[in-house]
Amino acid sequence: MAEHKRKLMQGNIACVQGAIYAGMRFFAGYPITPSTEVAEGSARELPKIGGRFIQMEDEIASIAAVIAASVTGKKSMTATSGPGFSLMLENIGYAYITETPCVIVNVQRGGPSTGLPTKVSQSDTMQARWGTHGDYTAIAVAPSSVGDTITETIRAFNLAERFRTPVTILLDEVIGHMREMVTLPEPGQYPILDRVKPTVPPDKFEPFAMTANLVSPMPAYGEGYRYNVTGLTHDTMGFATNRADEIWPKLDKLKNKIEHYTDEIAKLRVEMMDDAEIAYISYGTVARTSLQAASIARTAGVKVGSIQLYTIWPFPDKQLLELCARCKKVIVGELNMGQIVHEVKRVLPRDIEVHTVQRYDGEILTPLQLLKKLEEVM
Amino acid sequence: MGKLLDKIEIPQDRYEVRLSGSGGQGMILAAVILGEAIGGGDGRNVVQSQSYGPEARGGASKSDVVISSNEIYYPKAMKLDMLLAMTQESMDKYYEDLKEGGTLIIDSTLVTHVPTENYYGLPFTRLAREEAGHVMVANVIALAAIGAITGVVSREALTESVLSRAPRGTEEKNRKAVEIGWREGLKLKK
Amino acid sequence: MAATTEKQRSDAILTYLRPRKKFPSVWCAGCGNGIVMSALVRAIDNLKLDKNEVIMVSGIGCTSRMPVYLDFNSLHTTHGRALAFATGAKFAQPKMKVIVVTGDGDSLAIGGNHFIHACRRNIDITCILINNHIYGMTGGQGSPTTPAGSFSTTTPYGNSEKAFDPCALAQAAGATFVARHTVHHAPQLEKIIMQAIEHRGFSLVEAISNCHTYYGRLNKSGDAVAMIKSFKERAVPVSKAKDMPAEELVGKFVVGNLYENTVKTEFCDEYQKMVDMLAARK
Repeated sequence: MAEHKRKLMQGNIACVQGAIYAGMRFFAGYPITPSTEVAEGSARELPKIGGRFIQMEDEIASIAAVIAASVTGKKSMTATSGPGFSLMLENIGYAYITETPCVIVNVQRGGPSTGLPTKVSQSDTMQARWGTHGDYTAIAVAPSSVGDTITETIRAFNLAERFRTPVTILLDEVIGHMREMVTLPEPGQYPILDRVKPTVPPDKFEPFAMTANLVSPMPAYGEGYRYNVTGLTHDTMGFATNRADEIWPKLDKLKNKIEHYTDEIAKLRVEMMDDAEIAYISYGTVARTSLQAASIARTAGVKVGSIQLYTIWPFPDKQLLELCARCKKVIVGELNMGQIVHEVKRVLPRDIEVHTVQRYDGEILTPLQLLKKLEEVM
Repeated sequence: MGKLLDKIEIPQDRYEVRLSGSGGQGMILAAVILGEAIGGGDGRNVVQSQSYGPEARGGASKSDVVISSNEIYYPKAMKLDMLLAMTQESMDKYYEDLKEGGTLIIDSTLVTHVPTENYYGLPFTRLAREEAGHVMVANVIALAAIGAITGVVSREALTESVLSRAPRGTEEKNRKAVEIGWREGLKLKK
Repeated sequence: MAATTEKQRSDAILTYLRPRKKFPSVWCAGCGNGIVMSALVRAIDNLKLDKNEVIMVSGIGCTSRMPVYLDFNSLHTTHGRALAFATGAKFAQPKMKVIVVTGDGDSLAIGGNHFIHACRRNIDITCILINNHIYGMTGGQGSPTTPAGSFSTTTPYGNSEKAFDPCALAQAAGATFVARHTVHHAPQLEKIIMQAIEHRGFSLVEAISNCHTYYGRLNKSGDAVAMIKSFKERAVPVSKAKDMPAEELVGKFVVGNLYENTVKTEFCDEYQKMVDMLAARK
């Protein structure tokens, strides 16, 4: 039981622990700051439980190995940072179209290009939604503490399995590298979801069948269902198609199997919002600055609250609209030149003022910066 | 305007520590040891963070520990309650981050100019070399002095945390280092 | 028991084609890919592999369509990445037979890095590299095996670059079974593919093939029949080639079993040893 006592743990290591709890048994990756500890932790832990770790020749190969391992039935993950995430994107698109569950951790650093390898950023928020080419819908989650990183990694695996899709965990350098006290979850404390397996015999099996919830049962290679997996747009049998009456349903499926369940996927933390007239809206590391700033501003009697997005994609339109219904103003804080603020503006009615605080010098937003902005807009 | 910032109260439920020195003095490890001792001991919340990169190899190196009985929102230090400076460079660089009335502890072996009368100076590096038998444990001596002076960590919890991180074969040296630091810290406290 | 008749043999081979896949294939009439596919299926049939335990992986290109027609677990992936996907599949499920079918552009240009690293790891994958010296699917561009001076749509005045020798590359990178034949030599191809699959470690079979549609037309090499006939003339058995001076081997294909190493350990086996060692420690 000693394993489950409180301990000081780094965010990147918490990610490994959450993944293993969720059933990860395969990790392929390539070293890159500030994500490397996720690979190192996986290299140490996976062989101890009969899992597999492999350091591939680059990030393209890493995500390829992860997808293939998932097709053979293993829960799989890779971890990287901006430059590696950019390299992975073509194959992440392959995971979308082949509907292969897997988890991609992006411990964000400043960019573009090599950018700021050791400095924090949230500038891959849109990349996680739109990075690979073509039409699809993405799921991305953003923890804001070491403890969150365990639970959000578990949730990421569950979402991947539940919806047969890649899920991106948007960590950042601050959370990845900082240490906090955490208690590892006991077995059974959190539900673990596994992909649905087919119940029909192989000769009746349609690998990409249109089901009621749009998620097709997925056997592992080796279980007797010898089916075809291809990156070409395919029919329900998994064979390439150019027919409009097969292309439409396939692409709609990629979108609707997720967007129809946005309410189930949405996760927000709402603090001090009961009477709030102004809301800080943020995610990841910045959510902690927002909470700090809001709680300080409350000491001066300002009716301000904090809305933290744990689910970034699909964007929780309905939830945000409801939460901000009584607000006159919102302040969106981000470590980029303004990404999620576009979603906030899209969702909120025109009579709610949307203000921004942005920082992209490799440091996190401070409470003072958010308080100054609050003072300015009050 | 200026109204809001004049009226707010800065939270009193946080204790913010910065351990600073030069790369190689073990400031990050010291912060991890301190964080583990505090968080594992009495269940307080702890956030330990550091600056990475070239700074980790020479030059000024720092690691922060934020301690609170409540949930820690902002994970980095806002205004330091305590600063340990093991070198002149780190002293000069971080002194302005110390809050008024905050505790300044310096390694008097290496820090010669201190911009205040109000500080605790102990020759951590010399004590490590001459009494503990290895310069590597200067960080542990400093941690123990911090514990004795500020009361932020108990001697038992610190000793346990130090020993859990000590490489095999260095346990005695490290135990000795805690002893020396605690003894010297208590002397100054009076 | 009477020997299997040719009819029975053909019927058996046909069961490896996907019953629900619409034919014809995407390949041009006379393409060597069909000969390689036949040799591969016959090799698998000879070895009596369980179809459920074969994973066939490919990337992008004409040859990469092959797994789609065959009744195995098939993974048709992105351009150049077949060996990276195959590495993940094999490492995740070491009991499966993993066979990669790839072309010269797929495996040696965009996938060159994965090619050398799969060789280096000596992971138990059989890689069948169908080398037709040109990009077929995109319409006849130069590839890493297009011979110096040859014509393609991107080398309209003759190729200024030099060609890779995939077998030499694989051996140097650490592959432990390397063999080559041409589509003229179907029975020999079948035999070396069998040996490659049976070999524990990374095995490369280079199958010299014809793209008469592009390479043949642009280089005046004639139609499919003419090109395949030329392979017969240009093939030199490895036993004979070793006594021949280099200049006599220009424009020839050295065929047969080029290299085998049974001493070097296989990657998944090595990892399993570590897993077992850690389990024993508990």
